[in-house]
Amino acid sequence: MINKTAIYVLWMREMKRWWRAKSRIVGSLAMPLFFLAFLGLGFRRMTIPGLSDDVGYIRFLVPGIIGMNILFSSTFGGLSVLWDREFGFLKEIMVAPVSRVSIVLGRIAGGATTALIQAILILGISCIMGFKITNISSIFLAIVFMILIAVTFLGLGLVFASKMRDIQGFSIVMNFVIFPLFFLSGALYPLENLPVWLRYISKLDPLTYGVDGLRAALIGVSSFSIFYNFIFMVMFSLVMIFLGAYFFEKSESV
Amino acid sequence: MSNYAIQVDNLTKKFNGFTAVDQISFKVKTGELFGLLGPNGAGKTTTINMLSTLLKATSGYGEVSGYDISRNKDNIRRSIGVVFQEPALDTKLTGKENLVFHAMMYGIKKQERIKRIKEVLELVELTEKEKVLVEKYSGGMKRRLEIARGLIHEPKVLFLDEPTLGLDVQTRRHIWDYIKRLNKEGNVTIILTTHYMEEADFLCDRIAIIDRGKFVAMDAPGRLKDILGGDVVSLEIEGNPDALIEQIGSLDWIKNITRHDETLSLTMDRGERRIPELIHVAQKNEVEVTCVHLRKPSLEDVFLHFTGRTMREEEASQTERNREILRSRFGRRR
Repeated sequence: MINKTAIYVLWMREMKRWWRAKSRIVGSLAMPLFFLAFLGLGFRRMTIPGLSDDVGYIRFLVPGIIGMNILFSSTFGGLSVLWDREFGFLKEIMVAPVSRVSIVLGRIAGGATTALIQAILILGISCIMGFKITNISSIFLAIVFMILIAVTFLGLGLVFASKMRDIQGFSIVMNFVIFPLFFLSGALYPLENLPVWLRYISKLDPLTYGVDGLRAALIGVSSFSIFYNFIFMVMFSLVMIFLGAYFFEKSESV
Repeated sequence: MSNYAIQVDNLTKKFNGFTAVDQISFKVKTGELFGLLGPNGAGKTTTINMLSTLLKATSGYGEVSGYDISRNKDNIRRSIGVVFQEPALDTKLTGKENLVFHAMMYGIKKQERIKRIKEVLELVELTEKEKVLVEKYSGGMKRRLEIARGLIHEPKVLFLDEPTLGLDVQTRRHIWDYIKRLNKEGNVTIILTTHYMEEADFLCDRIAIIDRGKFVAMDAPGRLKDILGGDVVSLEIEGNPDALIEQIGSLDWIKNITRHDETLSLTMDRGERRIPELIHVAQKNEVEVTCVHLRKPSLEDVFLHFTGRTMREEEASQTERNREILRSRFGRRR
């Protein structure tokens, strides 16, 4: 049922394509870094309710921006099935004697790896810019959360890719799904500041737990306990892998 | 296992009420080179997609190398190779990487993989370009790479959907030679679709003419053309032709002779191969040939004969039908 060679070769393909598009790597790092620099500097002196003075807005923002970057790159990674359909390569994949689950796992492995590398790069650059991590071993905890966020939204991207016929629905997904998920996650501000009804909605957003978990790991400050965040993220990622595989299996490849 | 690589019985595909393939039935023998000939949108690609497990049939039965297309998808996938009409290569990978990807997806072990990739690259003469990104390949090179890819896992049945569409004459010839060799020497059963009459004629043992999702005729190319009477070679001559006419009339490959003043019109198969002989015979009978004209039955003629419409009329109305397909597919998804 699960074909390791197929997963490996799909992962490898993703790695090669990613490595060859160097300008895209630079481009994908530019937006989060601009966000960090301009939002961080612009709100530096403000007192933000729900944020203790010893944290500071820039420290608060770094895990949020890392979460944002994983959200965007993973959802796009899932949606990249549409590009394969556009360029015909999807047929080559679908006609191979490989279980559809293996295909989905291969894509998720590839997408998660690239998302993880980018997230680590952003974290590294933030550290160079002066971001301090509470202790080094917490990086590994942060990486666990990065992977869980990536897998969750790769699954989501696959669901959309399976329901859409071509890349024209892309901007709809962008504006009506990805941006709301981003803003509701508390990546930019403490969720305590939202009206109560919006806070309830934000609790349905997987990224809320992802960003909170990253914060717990990296700066030791969070709304929920790290364990609580971890359990939620594991559940979200499993559900999304399942849904992604289910819809992908049902979609027609031509 | 049976002698048939493919058996299809009343296979039908409907897209939201619109019938793309309408109850077709046929059998392809193991080792046969079978062609599906028809205008764009006639249902050729849909048929291939159903047989190669990419599309679910609406109704009817299909069997590929002994496996039911609705049940044993993985077994079919293992035993077939497909070259799609639209290129299906990853252009950001090199030619060789595309082949490695394919070989690994089909579970070919490393040593065997290296050997076979080398072989197929040599077969399609792309060894020198193996390390070049596919985006830098020409259309013909891409096509050859895809054919090479379709062969790596040594399929029993190979589907070629418009293998030479949009290629220049020279490359087309080249690819025809590969296909023929594969079929004869590799003993691969080949199903190809085309809307080039000469391609079907040159390659196929048997042809099915498909129009609006239905088979309108199925036979060996020669026999199909017999229905139209074959090629017409016209000779403009000087001199007394009586002896010549008599001698030509005794040749067994001549089907019909008519004479208009100085012009002899002869009906036969493969006229282009007979012209030298005809001139030779004419010279022996002391008749001078001043002009030769060859007219071959075209797809136009065959199609017209079987459907009562010309191809162009059909393709124009097909465009309308394709829009219908798109509409119905969008309608279903949104």
